[in-house]
Amino acid sequence: MDISRRELFVTGGKLLILASVGATFAEITGAAPPGEPYRMADHWWGMLIDIDKCIGCGSCVRACANENHVPAGFFRTWVERYQVEEGRQPHVDSPNGAMDGFPPTARTDLKSFFVPKLCNQCADSPCVQVCPVGATFVSPDGVVLVDESYCLGCRYCIQACPYGCRYLHPAKNTVDKCTLCYHRITQGLTTACCENCPTGARQLVDFKNPRDPVHEFLRKNKVQVLKPYMATEAKVYYKDLDGSVR
Amino acid sequence: MIPGVEGFMYPNEVELQWSLLIVLYPYITGLVAGAFILASLERVFKVDAVRPTYRLALLTALAFLLVAPLPLQLHLGHPERSMEMYLTPHTSSAMAMFGFVYLWYLTVVLLLEIWLEYRADIVRMAQTTTGFTRVVYRTLTLGSENVSPRARIIDDKVGYTVTVIGIPSAFLLHGYVGFIFGSVKANPWWSTPLMPIVFLFSAMVSGIAAVMLLYMASMKVRKTPIDMRCLDTVAKYLFYTFVIDFSLEMLDLVHRTYEADESFRSLDFMVHTRLWFSQVILQIMLGTLVPLALLAATQLHKFAEDRRRAMYLASGLLTMIGIFAMRWNVVIGGQLFSKSFLGYTSYKVQFATREGLLPAIALMLLPFAIFVALVKLLPPWEEKRGTGEATGD
Amino acid sequence: MRQLFRDSGHLIRPAVVLLAALGVFLVVRTALIPKAFGKYGHFSPAALDVIRQRPLVYAGQEACVLCHEGEGKERAAGKHAHVACEACHGPQAAHANADDPAAHKPALPDVANLCRRCHERDAAKPAGFPQVATVEHSGGMLCNACHQPHNPHL
Repeated sequence: MDISRRELFVTGGKLLILASVGATFAEITGAAPPGEPYRMADHWWGMLIDIDKCIGCGSCVRACANENHVPAGFFRTWVERYQVEEGRQPHVDSPNGAMDGFPPTARTDLKSFFVPKLCNQCADSPCVQVCPVGATFVSPDGVVLVDESYCLGCRYCIQACPYGCRYLHPAKNTVDKCTLCYHRITQGLTTACCENCPTGARQLVDFKNPRDPVHEFLRKNKVQVLKPYMATEAKVYYKDLDGSVR
Repeated sequence: MIPGVEGFMYPNEVELQWSLLIVLYPYITGLVAGAFILASLERVFKVDAVRPTYRLALLTALAFLLVAPLPLQLHLGHPERSMEMYLTPHTSSAMAMFGFVYLWYLTVVLLLEIWLEYRADIVRMAQTTTGFTRVVYRTLTLGSENVSPRARIIDDKVGYTVTVIGIPSAFLLHGYVGFIFGSVKANPWWSTPLMPIVFLFSAMVSGIAAVMLLYMASMKVRKTPIDMRCLDTVAKYLFYTFVIDFSLEMLDLVHRTYEADESFRSLDFMVHTRLWFSQVILQIMLGTLVPLALLAATQLHKFAEDRRRAMYLASGLLTMIGIFAMRWNVVIGGQLFSKSFLGYTSYKVQFATREGLLPAIALMLLPFAIFVALVKLLPPWEEKRGTGEATGD
Repeated sequence: MRQLFRDSGHLIRPAVVLLAALGVFLVVRTALIPKAFGKYGHFSPAALDVIRQRPLVYAGQEACVLCHEGEGKERAAGKHAHVACEACHGPQAAHANADDPAAHKPALPDVANLCRRCHERDAAKPAGFPQVATVEHSGGMLCNACHQPHNPHL
């Protein structure tokens, strides 16, 4: 087969661009370059959520439910809508966890916004502390997971979680929760929720990756965690979280 | 709109996780601890007057202890995995100590003490019965028929030591349940250092009341006169313990109301609505104030014997109901409100499901059936030799 | 001394029973504990592998763009550059990883409801986000009658 020099350059150039984009993307997300085995010690996972970007579309909730076969009526992630009126308790709703988005916000005169919620992947996790057998644990790379084959279904961890992110799987009778899509992030992909968020309100971050944008983000922005007084060392950071958020 | 939900709850919070059976479990272990403490009153603190209830209290404790793990097994998603608590106990979890504390208390405290106390009777029955019964008693002797007076003195000394060890063990058996709730920082209804102490004192109250009622019932069944000196003393200790228990619970309430932290408004609303009947009417008024008033009256004025018996009966029954209500209010109450403090859910007890009313009733009746069997096997009442006359001793 | 032993000898028996039970338990325990439990912490390391091997349901944008270059370029040039393909087209790992992707052809998105979920005007949405009252905006016409979804700019 005869290839002209021009064709060679063009094809070669495309491949080069593709490879460098891939490599840069891998660097940014902290994913292992393809071919290299995943090393837990190289990673410390968390998430960034930008409240001012969330539009309450519920794509994350649907994506998570699809990716992880979450049973109907239970939620590994969900979105809450806050409508805050001066001098009163906020009005909060989350219809079916926002699986189908939200009905129209009736009042246009109030401060209102959306807050995506999920397991905060606490480094000092109270749920792990109370598990009587070691069925739930913090992995060496910072993800709180459940060993389905070992969980007794005693539900102590569900009681101990301050954020309400755990539930008992009705068919398996073991506790289930957000795994930060561990099966995806350990092969260089991002979580289902971050992948499908159309506005980039949710971003997976790897604190151990020096090139991860999270470091600059934390330096330049005012961030909060949910219920900081619980001292759980939550690793999900919120930007522009209003004080009324529970 | 989700049925049964008022306001906002985190989506996974709507369904309660710990049901009626988890209310039952601390109630049962509480009775065990309380009955044992009453037994130790005689053995260690030398309160002679309650001697007639000593063996009864031990058997009551055993009957309830044998049933204690059952509500937990019915509750677990995977009861077949419960062995894991023995294989890989997570030492940071209060729940992990359950298996060990339970076994320790069952074997080294309760069974050993019962064996030491009853040895003379067991050996005698091994020698005088026949057939299958004889096999049972011979097994219980563990192969030793040495009941010489000197051996019995040693049994008594060892039994004393076991009881002394048994008191903190009983505290641990039930106190750890209080800690299971009290150490959950995520739940403001549960999280207080007072919780293990409140649980313990309410356990003692319910245990003493249970033994008192069983003693009265047993004497009635055997058509034997009640030893009023014993009954009056048991009621006195019930009164004192109840005063302490009530003070602790009021302390918790006053403290919460005074500090009025972020959870207060939500919890206050819950008590005034969803928990009104079980907490204010059942636990506080009928279950605590009325029995306390009745018992206080008997301490202040010497009523006639039959009137006193009626007052003790009423106080005992109301106390048992009140302490059950207390467990209900802690366990169920702690799950009725949202951790967002913006909403409430409801709990509907099912009937014939694994964690429903039917198994709960069965589990509450079972200890009494076991108690009857134990009384037959190990009679708490010795027969006077020769005359065949039963004494209340 | 011998007398003391004779009088208390029976106490050996419950002690023996307890110790025997303890011995049996210790033996059984070593057989039943999951392999390598405790290697990284108080859990079974096998769980990490089990969880990692769960199947993918979403392929991820990178995978889509490998074959669908044209659509990828179109998207990159417009405002939907950061909207994942599968956010509109649904999970496609089955399609992307299949020997014959055509056999797992994705269904066409339901335009009537899909676009509205993000772009219907709502007081709770951030003000700078493009949103319209769709009834007034298009009078009932489907969004893709005017807007090309991959690059919706008009």
